[in-house]
This record gives sequence, C-alpha cells and structure tokens, in this order.
Amino acid sequence: MPALIVRNIRKVYRNGFEALKGVDLRVEDGDFFALLGPNGAGKSTLIGIVTSLVNKTEGHVEVFGHDLDREPEGVKSCLGLVPQEFNFNLFLPVVEVVLNQAGYYGIPRGEARERAEFYLRKLDLWGRRHLEMRVLSGGLKRRLMIARALVHRPRLLILDEPTAGVDIEIRRAMWTFLRELNAGGTTIILTTHYLEEAESLCRNIAIINGGRIAERAEMGALLRSLQTETFVLNLKGKVAELPELGGFVLEHVDDCTLEVEVDRDHSINGLFESLSRNGIEVISLRNKENRLERLFLDMVDNGKLEGDVS
Amino acid sequence: MNRWGRYWIAFSTILSKEILRFSRIWIQTVFPSAVTTALYFVIFGRLIGERIGPMDGFDYLDFIVPGLVLMAVITNAYSNVVSSFYSSKFSRYVEEFLVAPIPNWVILAGFVAGGVARGLVVGVVVTLVALFFTEIEIHSYGVTLLVFVLTAVLFALGGFINAVYANTFDDISIVPTFVLTPLTYLGGVFYSIELLPAFWQGLSLANPVLYMVNAFRYGLLGVSDIPLGIAFSIILAFIAVLTAYSLHLLRRGVGIKT
Repeated sequence: MPALIVRNIRKVYRNGFEALKGVDLRVEDGDFFALLGPNGAGKSTLIGIVTSLVNKTEGHVEVFGHDLDREPEGVKSCLGLVPQEFNFNLFLPVVEVVLNQAGYYGIPRGEARERAEFYLRKLDLWGRRHLEMRVLSGGLKRRLMIARALVHRPRLLILDEPTAGVDIEIRRAMWTFLRELNAGGTTIILTTHYLEEAESLCRNIAIINGGRIAERAEMGALLRSLQTETFVLNLKGKVAELPELGGFVLEHVDDCTLEVEVDRDHSINGLFESLSRNGIEVISLRNKENRLERLFLDMVDNGKLEGDVS
Repeated sequence: MNRWGRYWIAFSTILSKEILRFSRIWIQTVFPSAVTTALYFVIFGRLIGERIGPMDGFDYLDFIVPGLVLMAVITNAYSNVVSSFYSSKFSRYVEEFLVAPIPNWVILAGFVAGGVARGLVVGVVVTLVALFFTEIEIHSYGVTLLVFVLTAVLFALGGFINAVYANTFDDISIVPTFVLTPLTYLGGVFYSIELLPAFWQGLSLANPVLYMVNAFRYGLLGVSDIPLGIAFSIILAFIAVLTAYSLHLLRRGVGIKT
C-alpha cells in the first residue's frame, strides 16, 4: 500500500494566486523521498494540505489508504510533521512539549513518558528536559521538533527543511538518526535547502515548480542523467602549463589545483591515465559542486525551473 | 485504545495544560481579581454602600457580592481562553492540535474547560475575599453552582471566538474593554434594574449579563429582577449559539488555517 497518494491537488488562495495547479504524487511505503523545488514552488503548500494545515481547493489525498476527506483522523494518526518554522509554546519545558503532543494523539500518560524519554535520549535532549523552550539553541529546537513529531510513532514522517540553520555536526547526527528511522520502516518525505542532504538520504525525488511536478524520478537515475560533472583536483606538484587532454576541459584554480569538466562519454579512469602520461600526479579529488545542485542549475538554465533553487 | 478513550486523553491534556498555564502565572491571573474585588468591597460596600442603604431588602454590600463574584468569573473565563488561544495562533503551536487526530469539538471543549477552571478558581478566591467583609448564606447551592459554571462556559466561548478573529494582541483587549466591561457594569452588578426608568429597564433586558447576575443573585440571596426560567433559557441559548459558531469557525479553519 502506498504511503501517500496525491491526485490532482489544486490550491487557489483568496487573492487568486494558484499555488498548486493539479499535483499528482505517489510515495511508496518505506521510501525516503525528496520533495524539492525553487522557493515559492508549492512544496510547503502541498505539505500543508497533506497535514491538514492548509485547506485544498480541489483534489484527493490518501495516506496509507485513509482518505483525507472521509477519514481525517485516520490520516492524521499516520502522519508526523516537522514544520519549517518553530511552532512551540516557548514557556513550556522540553519534556512537556513532547508529553502534550502525545496527549493530543490519545497516548496514555505512562506510555507517553516512556516514549518521550526514548526519543529525547535518542536526540540527545534528555539532559535538557526541564529547560524551557526559549533557552534552547536553534539546533536543539530542531531536534525537539523531530522528537515531538515521532512520539506517536507515525508511519509517514514529513520533514520540511528540518536542518535549516543547524550546524554541520548536528546535521550529520540528524542524518544518521533519520537513516535509522527509515531503516526501521518509517516512510520519510524530506524538503530541504541542502541538496547534498537530499542526495545523501533520499532514494526517490520529485521536483515541484510553479505548482506542478516538473520531475519525478529515482535519485540514482536522475543523477546518472547529468551530462557533465566538474571535479577539483589537488596536485602533488605545481603545473605551470596545462596539457591538452582529449575529451577533458582543464582549468587552473591555482598552481597546485585544477578544475576539470568530465562529460558522461568519458570516464575518470581515462582522465587519470591522461594526467599520468603528462607527468601530473593527483593527491585528491572532489566534486566541485553537489550533483543534485548541478542538475538543478541545468534545469534552471534549460528553463525547466524558475527562480531560486532550494 | 478506543476513540472515546483517545478523545478523553486529548481533552484532559488540553485542560491540564491550560490549568498549568494560569497556575504558573497566578500573580497575573488569580491575584488581580482578588485585589480589585477587595477594593470594590471597601469603596462601594463599606464607604459608599453604608450611605446608599438597603437594596432589594439586603445591605448594599450583600447585594453587590453576587455581581462582583460573577464579574470576576466572566472576566477570567473570557481572558483565559482569548489569551491562550491567541498565543497558540501567534506562536503557531495551534498546529500541534491541527495535525493531531482530534475532532474540533474536543479542542473547543479543552479550551473552554480551561477558561471555566480559571473562572471557578478566581470565583472561589473572590468569594473568600467577600467573607472578610460580610457573611454569605447561600440560598440555593444548585442554582449558584449552575449559574457559576454556565456563565464561565458562555464567556469562555466568547473568548475563543475573539481569539479566532484576533490578528494582534490589541485585538484581544478591545472586546473586554469596550464590550465586556460596559455590559457587566450595566448588567445589574451594582443596582437593581427596578431603580431605572422604564426605558432603561427595557434596554437593560437586552443585556445578557443581566440574566446571569440576577440568576446568580437568586442562588446566593434568593432575590432576582428576572424570573429564573427566563434567565436560564437566555444563558443556554447564548451557549448553544456560540458553541455552534465556534465549531463552524474551527471547521472552516478561520484564522488558523491557510
């Protein structure tokens, strides 16, 4: 049974702005799914509709077989939401935020305490459980939003930019936690500004643009469709003059660093062979930019996407 | 866990959250009514009241006790819900309820019960303050308690509707200042409407607070300007209308959904 089916969803705001123009989407049970798109593309509106925070104008939403119009409580029971913006009572202690959320889902107090302890420990917040929300840092608040969204053990977790403003260490820890969660059977839908996050975590992807789904693909297949990739090579010695390498475009970054563009008809092996033949020794290499980011930029260049990329 | 069990837990979570909220800040929520009422008793009851003389056969101080207690209940039931629900909108944690599998009536009942709880706590505190100034012999415990609760329910519902429509913190103080206070003061708290000329008596009958104050006065003292049956009918009719309207607002998502 699919985790989420969205059919022909339209949203027209009172001012006449059509945020969603007939979106169709299907997310399979157990998937780790990226929902990406430029700012204002309609991602948050779509998430809002699925989670009952936004009234749809038209269309059909189904979560694990529950119809949103006919069984809203069935849909809500299956869903957990980590919203983009903080939405806490700032004067409540951390543990009460989680316990109250459990209460709203009808979880008895004793069981709620056990679950709250489990998730607060898991997200390294147990030691701060008596602190009021307002004294927590942005990263801790983000983690608490995840704990709050999980306390009723949802089958589908929707994360709307969960790592925005979070430092890299906490972000990596959150990635590990989310991977574990997904491996345990929770379906996850992720929107994020960090495309390396989506590339690293997600197996399938949909790109929404101008209120429509512009692309829906398996992540690997989408990345393989990249026409060219740019690598940065760190060299052992200085290279004064760049050799001519057939099929590869080389550029100097500095004396010991090169940038090379490799198209999909050529392999990295071929690049190394050519460099070795010219006496150039490479210490390390890295992608100049994230592959998903490259794809996005290509789509913007080709007019498939408009505006900022997120 | 069956559906009703889940609803009960959700309701009691909202209620206990509300009780904790006003208990934590009791100095702002409970204490001011006690001080204000004590001042009313000193000034209107002792200093001026002795010159006014008896009203409806009671000392003026005894006559104003029911109205002052009910005024505190009205103000506190209203302000608890309006400030709590508006804060949840303002800080967006209203979304915690909206994404949860709870029907709108449970959300409404939870907030209203929170308002009633504060109204009752403050009502009891004010009654205790009144005992420093006069002796209270309750004429009918049943009527007193029923009016106490129904009035708190009605004004908690009013506070909820105000919060739904409020867009700024100013919006939640406009109604209490310009509607609630005049209605309460003109609702027979300090006088019997029989003292008024016929025209003003007729106009006073359009004030819903008048029915509550008089029904409560009947409960405490056994006298009322309004027949009890009419007073209860009016209070229940208002509760029914405001409940239906609040549920309509929640169903439409007015002020809380996009």
